Amino acid sequence: MPDITFILADGSELGFEAPESVSLMQAATGYGVPGIVAECGGSAMCATCHVHVDPAWAGRLPTPRPDELAMLECTAAERSATSRLSCQIRLDASLQGLVVRVPDRQY
Amino acid sequence: MNDNGPIVIVGGGHAGAQLCNALAGAGLGARVHLVCDEAELPYQRPPLSKAFLKDAQQAVQLHRAEAWYAEAGITLHRGDAVVAIDRAAKLVRLRSGAVLPYAQLVLATGAVARTLPALPVTLANVAALRSAADARRLRSLLGAAQHVTVLGGGFIGLEIAATARAQGKQVTVLESAPRLLSRSVSPELAEHVLATHRASGIDLRLGVKVGDFVVEGDRLASLSVDGQPHAVELLVMGIGAAPQTQLAQDAGLACDNAIVVDAALRTSDPSILAVGDCASFPEHGSDRRLRLESVQNANDQARTALATLTGQPEPYRALPWFWSEQGSLRLQMAGLMPADGVRHRRAGATPASFSILHYVGERLACVESVNAPLDHMAARKLLETAKSPAPAVACDPAVALKTLA
Repeated sequence: MPDITFILADGSELGFEAPESVSLMQAATGYGVPGIVAECGGSAMCATCHVHVDPAWAGRLPTPRPDELAMLECTAAERSATSRLSCQIRLDASLQGLVVRVPDRQY
Repeated sequence: MNDNGPIVIVGGGHAGAQLCNALAGAGLGARVHLVCDEAELPYQRPPLSKAFLKDAQQAVQLHRAEAWYAEAGITLHRGDAVVAIDRAAKLVRLRSGAVLPYAQLVLATGAVARTLPALPVTLANVAALRSAADARRLRSLLGAAQHVTVLGGGFIGLEIAATARAQGKQVTVLESAPRLLSRSVSPELAEHVLATHRASGIDLRLGVKVGDFVVEGDRLASLSVDGQPHAVELLVMGIGAAPQTQLAQDAGLACDNAIVVDAALRTSDPSILAVGDCASFPEHGSDRRLRLESVQNANDQARTALATLTGQPEPYRALPWFWSEQGSLRLQMAGLMPADGVRHRRAGATPASFSILHYVGERLACVESVNAPLDHMAARKLLETAKSPAPAVACDPAVALKTLA
């Protein structure tokens, strides 16, 4: 499964290979990436797994569903053009090398 | 309380798992022992009544991977349970025979699904849902069933009913109360939920008297609904949950239905805390006690417990919020429904989208939202900051609620 990289709010990088058939959020929480809270566990109900997708990758992800778009208007850190909820991004081999930034807060 | 000895957490549900995260984040992982009755690593429960039931391939979603616990220095005792607390010696005894000393003990024992004595889940076609093992069993039973009867029109019963209906099953829901969700949502919301489920084809019957359980061999063959026989292929129990207090009671800790804690989540023994579904805590700013069964409460109480465990107790005062997904319905509640509130409706973008705002006097106390996540998030902000816009403004669909927060 793909190698993914999280750039944390302090600028440090965490890279690892994601497990099989999980969301980006599950990969992050499983590994314990600081700053990915994921309070609701992937139901698109809380907007605490917000990430900024690296612009080079943003166009290569499936577009957000209406649920996710609504919750993206409620993120604690400011929304950017490439903001996504990591729980709604399913990882597969096509995302090998994916890079995302973790915002400085989720509440 | 700020000892350097072991911190033993009893129970690996959301509260126990979140407390592990919080303690690891504070650099205290090496002091932590997590005792989980289940063999699995702590996992997310909300999907168990929804996506997990639909897809036979879906695995449970772990809170943290196994390697994370090792990295954090947390010792896991999986498939084991605390059978006794020796408060004088400050140790717990496990079913396996192991003995764990503690400096601080946290009871995160959760709740168990209520059942009826006449309908044990040992019957081959009777199921309840609480754990991953329950969900696997229910998934397999559901896969083979054409007709599902759900006893109880609460959140979990309705989530399972909607999931089964979406799979094309014939679904009957039997609720003894005259309306759905009577303790937790407003009559208007309950009416909308009822109408939506009925429109989806669920046979939802309210105010019914259920009895005359006919068991044949290891199966429930039928029951009666208002005196009429009702054949049962698969019965799912959705009649609520009871807090697990036995361990605390046996140890002589104060219990009153649930384990009694103070505002810093300490039980009657200050070395022992209780968090999550099993704890009865004082509501901030009132003189009543609450026990909440929700992911929010489990997560936020874990954070308060961290403060208490590290010698910086602060009162628990998080805003309660809750959600339930039932087919096309996304229900989100912020605040607890007051008994004496005045209700105002805020229309959403479609007839299937609206919010109900509850006011006590001029104070906004609770907001229920249906398919209106933006209003829910704005409502949480309003309630957390104790802002109460006038109902005429807050219910004006031309005004975005978040601009008032």
